[in-house]
Amino acid sequence: MVDMSTTLAGTTLPNPVMTASGCAANGKELHRFFPVSELGAFVTKTVMRDPRSGRGTPRMAETASGMLNSIGLQGPGIDAFAAEDLPWLDSVGARALVSIAGNTAEEFGEVAERLADSPAFASVVGVEVNISCPNVANRGLVFACDAVSSERVVSIVRERLPGTPIFAKLTPDVTDIVSIAAAALAAGADGLTMINTLLGMVIDTDRLRPQLAGVTGGLSGPAVRPVAVRALFQVTAAMRTGMLPSAPLIGVGGVRSGRDALELVAAGASAVQVGTATFNDPAAPRRVLDELEAEVARHGIGRFADVVGIAHERMPPT
Amino acid sequence: MSAGVVQVSGELIANRKVGAYHHLTLVAPGVAELAHPGQFVAVAVGGPTSAHLLRRCFSIHKVKPSGTFGGTVDVVVAAHGPGTQWLTGLRPHDPVDVVGPLGRPFPLPADPVACVLVGGGYGSAPLFWLAQELRARGCHTEMVLGAASEDRLFGVVEARRAADGVTVTTDDGSAGRRGWVSDVLGEVVDRTSAGVVYACGPMGMLRSVTEVAAGHGAVAQVAVEESMACGVGVCMTCVMPVTGNDGVTRMVRSCVEGPVFRGDRVRWDAFEDGIGRVPDDAVGAPRAGGH
Repeated sequence: MVDMSTTLAGTTLPNPVMTASGCAANGKELHRFFPVSELGAFVTKTVMRDPRSGRGTPRMAETASGMLNSIGLQGPGIDAFAAEDLPWLDSVGARALVSIAGNTAEEFGEVAERLADSPAFASVVGVEVNISCPNVANRGLVFACDAVSSERVVSIVRERLPGTPIFAKLTPDVTDIVSIAAAALAAGADGLTMINTLLGMVIDTDRLRPQLAGVTGGLSGPAVRPVAVRALFQVTAAMRTGMLPSAPLIGVGGVRSGRDALELVAAGASAVQVGTATFNDPAAPRRVLDELEAEVARHGIGRFADVVGIAHERMPPT
Repeated sequence: MSAGVVQVSGELIANRKVGAYHHLTLVAPGVAELAHPGQFVAVAVGGPTSAHLLRRCFSIHKVKPSGTFGGTVDVVVAAHGPGTQWLTGLRPHDPVDVVGPLGRPFPLPADPVACVLVGGGYGSAPLFWLAQELRARGCHTEMVLGAASEDRLFGVVEARRAADGVTVTTDDGSAGRRGWVSDVLGEVVDRTSAGVVYACGPMGMLRSVTEVAAGHGAVAQVAVEESMACGVGVCMTCVMPVTGNDGVTRMVRSCVEGPVFRGDRVRWDAFEDGIGRVPDDAVGAPRAGGH
């Protein structure tokens, strides 16, 4: 019997496995396959201030061990989310990690504020600040590509949600992820979620044109897992050497099995999200939880928390 | 959203080549009992470590709730990509992971009105089952099957059993009348005084069927074939612009709000050259510059 509980910024969750934003809608669909309250947290699809149609189709292209998506943050807007989706999650006993975004830093703040007014806000265990979605028309709006923009967005959300754990979701599409992590933490993020999708592109070889209507898309799936492991490892290493303040990391990227999840955990993640694998297996998040527990037990370790970042203590001799 | 869906580790028990297609029978306990014509299944391909993560979605051709092997589901597959090639290469007793039934079925008329069922290529797969249900309700039911060529027609013999009348068209004239289903549909609707036209096939055909049905006083119910990543409503890739009862157009998921839509609610004007645009008047449509 492994103690699978994990503590993120003062909030203790019964286990470390979550859905990933944009891979699980807002809960009702997956609840047909397993009770979403059994996950450590349910991560909602990124919600913006206004209703948003998203992009045209095709919105997806399958790639080797992964896929590109170009959804464009389709969603009902924060008011409908706060009035309908969040109360539903609350009604089934789910712990919600709510992903939010805005076109401007101020809009992030507005979304945070209206979320706090939801009658179901008590079910929110944290807010994930999506500053790294690649599917926006203006690449300049990928706030997480720039330390100053990251800092501005996180500061505003911090100010509007005092007392709620906030996690900045980062992109690996940067020269130095540690410097972006530093900016987000300095601005008041309690923790970080890594990684968002990587910007990619596929050409339709029959039509000899970009396959996605939005031209570029975000690459996800097992193909990107080594990038997630690397990013988590680098940021954790910076924390261990004191270059960065210590903060919990949520790992996401290419997790399909408990063993995959263990990689992210050993690199430094205190919780793990299951994303694209859900498209392959709607029960994947729940299955990964069982498999991760079995993996920890296989190593003869009694507490999940003791595996977090363990790879840093077992470095190959130099 | 229908709550009646299961994920089962099933197995293939029959794999037959039919013209240009493969007709597969899968043991999938629980799916058959819940399914209605127009619904589909989402099948994982390549096994548990497959590099092809996205499920392949197939309209249900027929179901048998109880048989020697337990409930079975039949699907018709065109092996045009690596996932469908894997699937059509399976042999009896190979395992297959099936999720279903998914989506909204064809709505059935309350009164015994005449109906015309139109299938393009293997899009005809769900229509035979539908025809039986309609005839059981006393509806005079005819079918129109069309394809590029004879080998791409599916189920002409079965159609003669399942329906009160069958009209066949091929683009090249290799079987039936030379031309498109839309060339003959108007005559069939008029002759039978049909009130409903059900159709399944490529987008261009569904648009023509909708127009012809409307021109001859019938309502079109069309099952779309949008590409899907998950089939269960979480990935948001299979959206298309559809106008609701309130007259407002939204980008809706064809896997949960479809795949069957009233033809006159689909914004056909948004589809061109393989691209599905977001109409400017859709809820939350991008302003200048795009999303």
